[in-house]
Amino acid sequence: MNDRGLILGGLLLFVGLITLPVWYNVAAGTPSRPPELKLPAQGKDPFGTAEYMRASHMSLLVAWRDEVVRGGERTVVGRDGKTYAKSLTRTCMDCHSSRAEFCDRCHGYTSARVSCWDCHADRRLAEGSAR
Amino acid sequence: MSLDRRAFLGVAGLSALAVAGTRSLDALTRRGRAEGASEARAATRWAMVVDPGKCRKDDGCTGCIAACDRAHNVPHFSERAHEVKWIWREPFDRAFPDHGGSLPEDAARSQSVPVLCNHCDNPPCVRVCPVQATWKRADGIVMMDYHRCIGCRYCMAACPYGARSFNWLDPRPRIKEPNPEFPTRTKGVVEKCNFCEERLALGRPPACVEACTEGALVFGNLKDPRSEVRRLLRSRHALRRKPELGTGPNVYYLV
Ligand code: HEC
Ligand code: HEC
Ligand code: HEC
Repeated sequence: MNDRGLILGGLLLFVGLITLPVWYNVAAGTPSRPPELKLPAQGKDPFGTAEYMRASHMSLLVAWRDEVVRGGERTVVGRDGKTYAKSLTRTCMDCHSSRAEFCDRCHGYTSARVSCWDCHADRRLAEGSAR
Repeated sequence: MSLDRRAFLGVAGLSALAVAGTRSLDALTRRGRAEGASEARAATRWAMVVDPGKCRKDDGCTGCIAACDRAHNVPHFSERAHEVKWIWREPFDRAFPDHGGSLPEDAARSQSVPVLCNHCDNPPCVRVCPVQATWKRADGIVMMDYHRCIGCRYCMAACPYGARSFNWLDPRPRIKEPNPEFPTRTKGVVEKCNFCEERLALGRPPACVEACTEGALVFGNLKDPRSEVRRLLRSRHALRRKPELGTGPNVYYLV
């Protein structure tokens, strides 16, 4: 029982090494936190509560996609009583004008892969003639 | 309840007759219609009438083609293998290979005609698509759902008019003037003319028709006897491309 120091020391070293990333982040001042989203200055989302939109915007968009392309239904009445085009680039991006600071920031954080932009050009990007 | 042999046979026979009757009624009426076949009851059947005589093909006018390419972000590849086409020119004798030499329009034969998807009544491309990414709408438009296309290119093999193109490369760098109002496509999907369904939905004519200053392209509803397309087809003889294949093209060429 003379090895107690060695064993305890080794264990301590092991725990220290395995939690190194945590200490590294604490030291660098970059602890994990949710992304800071740039929300529209005022108003509410016309298609659902923030919780609903956060959880279900992908189903909403995919349903719109099928309704427009396969069903020919192009408009939807929002909760605010206004009529909106069922469009990714026109409707969503009209309010959430910065894709980089809203959609992309959250998709990056959650590592969600969204292929829509391969075809649906972000209007503001196109105007700046990027890509 | 007791049923003697005679009554039982009577009831069984009547039931069999009723089942057989509804079956054959279905077969004779619309309900038994094959998938992809035309919807004869719809009030609209979009069609185009091309007047090659009015088309300014000789001075190299490409107004209709340029307008379509701009409206739909159609890319330009100079290599033939990568070409993407929605509306383009085809020499007359290649567009109408079956009109060998017996017709009098020799003058027309040397020239080219604008060709595009024929939005067939009986589209072979629709029948072969394994994922229903292309289908026939009630108003006659052969639609494409780019979201669903898996790029198998069966439809391209099936189309006798070469009206479908495959994106072998990323089209975005090859789009001359990007139009942010219409999505582009990506590498790996098939695309073709959509009769400007996105413009029809807004009550506007197709981009090529609007762009043609000579009135060589006329668009309208074949189901409406007073439409311009019907008037033209009543008054003049018209050809369709490869009618012998039974595809029922909805693009007509006046001679
Ligand atoms: C391969 C290219 C491509 C991809 C990828 C793509 N789209 Fe589309 N989308 C199109 C095209 C082209 C149209 C227009 C179809 C038409 O009007 O004929 C369209 C239309 C739509 C429409 C209807 C009208 C509009 O302008 O918005 C919605 C909604 C839509 N897409 C949503 C989506 C969503 C959500 C995704 C990602 C999950 C996506 N799309 C990915 C090509 C694409
Ligand atoms: C009329 C403007 C408007 C339109 C159009 C709009 N939004 Fe919103 N959205 C908002 C506002 C304002 C919020 C802030 C949260 C709230 O509703 O209180 C929001 C919140 C959200 C959130 C939740 C963000 C969070 O807090 O985590 C998501 C996700 C979202 N929107 C996605 C979309 C998508 C996808 C579309 C298109 C289908 C869309 N929005 C269309 C205004 C809009
Ligand atoms: C609060 C975080 C958050 C915000 C903000 C957000 N998204 Fe998402 N989004 C997600 C997550 C997480 C997924 C993946 C869900 C999954 O994989 O099941 C996703 C998936 C999607 C999908 C489905 C992709 C696919 O191929 O199935 C679409 C489309 C989409 N987002 C569009 C948008 C658009 C457009 C915006 C901006 C207007 C936006 N999202 C903003 C979190 C967000």
